[in-house]
Amino acid sequence: MSESIVDADELRHRVAAFLAEHDPATTDRLEFLRARFDAGLAWVHYPAGLGGLGAPRALQQVVDAEFAAAGAPDNNPRRIGIGLGMAAPTILRFGTEEQKRRFLRPLWTGEEVWCQLFSEPGAGSDLAALGTRAVRDGADWVVTGQKVWTSTAHTARWAILVTRTDPDVPKHQGMTYFVCDMTDPGVEVRPLRQITGEAEFNEVFLNGARIPDAHRLGAVGEGWKVAQTTLMNERVAIGGHALPREGGMVGVVAGTWRERPELRTPDLHDRLLRLWVEVEAFRLAGVRLRQQLAVGEPGPEGSGMKLAFARLNQALSGLEVELLADEGLTYDDWTMRRPEQVDFTGREAGYRYLRAKGNSIEGGTSEILRNIVAERVLGLPAEPRVDKDVAWKDLPR
Amino acid sequence: MSDPDLLYSDVEDDLRASVRDLLADRCEASALLARVESAEPYDRKLWTTLAAELGTAGLHVPEERGGQGASTRETALVLEELGRSVAPVPFLGSAVLATTALLGADPAGEEAAGLLRRLAAGEATGALAVPLATGPGAPFPQLVGADPEGTLTGRVGTVADASAADVLVVPATGPDGPALYAVDVAAEGVAVTERVSLDLTRRVADVALSGARGRLLAGPERAAAALDRALLTGAGLLASEQLGVAQWCLDQTVGYVQERYQFGRPVGSFQALKHRLADVWLELVAARAAARYAADALASDRPDTGVAVAVAQSYCASVAVHAAEECVQLHGGIGMTWEHPAHLYLKRAKADEIALGTPGRHRTTLADLVDLPA
Ligand SMILES: Cc1cc2nc3c(=O)[nH]c(=O)nc-3n(C[C@H](O)[C@H](O)[C@H](O)COP(=O)(O)OP(=O)(O)OC[C@H]3O[C@@H](n4cnc5c(N)ncnc54)[C@H](O)[C@@H]3O)c2cc1C
Repeated sequence: MSESIVDADELRHRVAAFLAEHDPATTDRLEFLRARFDAGLAWVHYPAGLGGLGAPRALQQVVDAEFAAAGAPDNNPRRIGIGLGMAAPTILRFGTEEQKRRFLRPLWTGEEVWCQLFSEPGAGSDLAALGTRAVRDGADWVVTGQKVWTSTAHTARWAILVTRTDPDVPKHQGMTYFVCDMTDPGVEVRPLRQITGEAEFNEVFLNGARIPDAHRLGAVGEGWKVAQTTLMNERVAIGGHALPREGGMVGVVAGTWRERPELRTPDLHDRLLRLWVEVEAFRLAGVRLRQQLAVGEPGPEGSGMKLAFARLNQALSGLEVELLADEGLTYDDWTMRRPEQVDFTGREAGYRYLRAKGNSIEGGTSEILRNIVAERVLGLPAEPRVDKDVAWKDLPR
Repeated sequence: MSDPDLLYSDVEDDLRASVRDLLADRCEASALLARVESAEPYDRKLWTTLAAELGTAGLHVPEERGGQGASTRETALVLEELGRSVAPVPFLGSAVLATTALLGADPAGEEAAGLLRRLAAGEATGALAVPLATGPGAPFPQLVGADPEGTLTGRVGTVADASAADVLVVPATGPDGPALYAVDVAAEGVAVTERVSLDLTRRVADVALSGARGRLLAGPERAAAALDRALLTGAGLLASEQLGVAQWCLDQTVGYVQERYQFGRPVGSFQALKHRLADVWLELVAARAAARYAADALASDRPDTGVAVAVAQSYCASVAVHAAEECVQLHGGIGMTWEHPAHLYLKRAKADEIALGTPGRHRTTLADLVDLPA
């Protein structure tokens, strides 16, 4: 491919040419998605040959809008959020050429679902304390330990996995990052039922699972650095999307408000308007953030968007249950299910209220995010660290 | 219509730098504290430099009408800096409220055109004779009556910056209905009495007119719209001032909690304080976007301007108050002293919350605009 700069017009032109050759109405869905990837129109900011064109990231919305307008099938991002939002950018940054070629295409098309084997019973906010052991055995690594809260482990083909490879050095140093095959006989997935009644997340037992060294991402002992890339992308993925006014939870609640005048009270009206204003202000902050990124001056604003998203989602979904009064006393269905996709605004008000509780826990709790803002943005002193120079194996637990 | 530009352009950054330099030089905290209790609470020299020499008084006035031909985006930026320094200058009253009201008068009308030129050039200082608490959408005020000769009688309380003004733009009800008149403060039958104001750096004054001579600026066909546009513009741009106030409060507090040691560590290392400051920072992120959007919407006269202003004013007003209150609290005893400038910001923030419509009033307006009825 030439080095010419790809702009919005060029992209529209390419999408039109692509659609002329692949009629969405007659082309098989998977075939269409694979061809879209091969044409560099999957994620345009990725390099050529890996589903992109090296175009500015901000132009993705141009391409997505063109495909949507043509009624093209999408890759159902709600089903493959962890792959798209976390695994892919990590593979792109740290993967070998061979790993990128092997993993990125089926990840984007949704043929292969990914999950994230990071958290453990003893390592949540303090992820670097994790203890799942990986031991070298010839050309393989043998992994033993337990992961927890693993979303979509039950549908996943692959996982991004952080392990401990050297327990004798301080916790941030002795980690190594892998791609783990979820079909390996040493991997056991058990559902964990959530407060919503369903089991979107799981516990995952690694009983001597074997991982070829060729599936290592980054150097041995560099796992923390690689994991940072994943975590940073995770926070952007949750709550960082461009939405129109009243997109997301506020639109759902405003819709109920408009349809059900008999439920309105002055108190709820005031609270709804306050939240509406806040959501709109943060939506504008998101627009501003993307404008900053587009001109290459990324501000620290991004660190806060998930914090705001979690708080507002929780307040709005809580308000809706209260608004529904008698109906708020009921719930659609507590049956244990294993959903295929994550949808914060799906189902009924009661579900939305309960699911939103996870927004301030998943992907870094709101307390941890406030620490990050205070320390990295405002430059305030770091939390006292008692564990810094202690070998991982000697940490109090 | 194109996407709103919520960033600061290079030109805007340059303007900010020159205003900030001037204010750093001329609006230092201890001098400001001395001034607020002196006989000259407004800094006239600073105002002249800012208005006439830097040319900020007519930023959003077209060049052919005597201004800089920039837009409300630039005016907003100046307000942001003025908020950051709580500068005692009548910018809001003159360069925003009175000036915008005059922009709504017929450009062919000599009286209004002449006064607009003088205000935009910084040769005269104006004030809009409405109570500062009046927000956009309020009914045309019935406080002043005008007879067929243009003689005005009535009282208007708590007018912003009136005590620094040479000329008042007065909404009055004349024989044909609503009208705007110019009244010289020095004229006979005009009494401007400064109130003891909560906001020490922006004074409110009562205006009493008893048979004062007014010059007609706008008649019934334009007066109400011109006044409402001035109030809408004022409310939208005040959000930028509130942003500036909040930014100073956050910066000041972040600095202080790192220097102040208790229990053998900087108080800023305590997580309870770190989290509170992180929350203020986050509010500022959204406040900046909302304020920029309002300034941009006013500049390009977007159909969405009403929503943009209501969102910006109801949000930024509360953010400024919150930031100022946290600033006082996290300074401990020092924050409670007259000597420390934090109180000037708290007073400005609290007065700004009432100015040009309270957050609650803006939310009521919004409820109509976005179809969320009570
Ligand atoms: C819906 C959902 C989906 C998830 N999906 C995945 C997944 O797919 N893969 C995966 O690996 N993980 C996943 N997680 C796990 C998630 O990342 C962790 O739950 C999270 O990091 C918190 O860890 P923890 O649960 O151990 O809580 P803890 O870390 O034990 O926290 C307990 C409480 O202490 C607070 N706390 C901890 N440290 C500090 C501190 N330094 N300062 C102040 N407060 C502190 C926390 O904020 C929290 O309130 C998911 C979680 C949820 C809820």
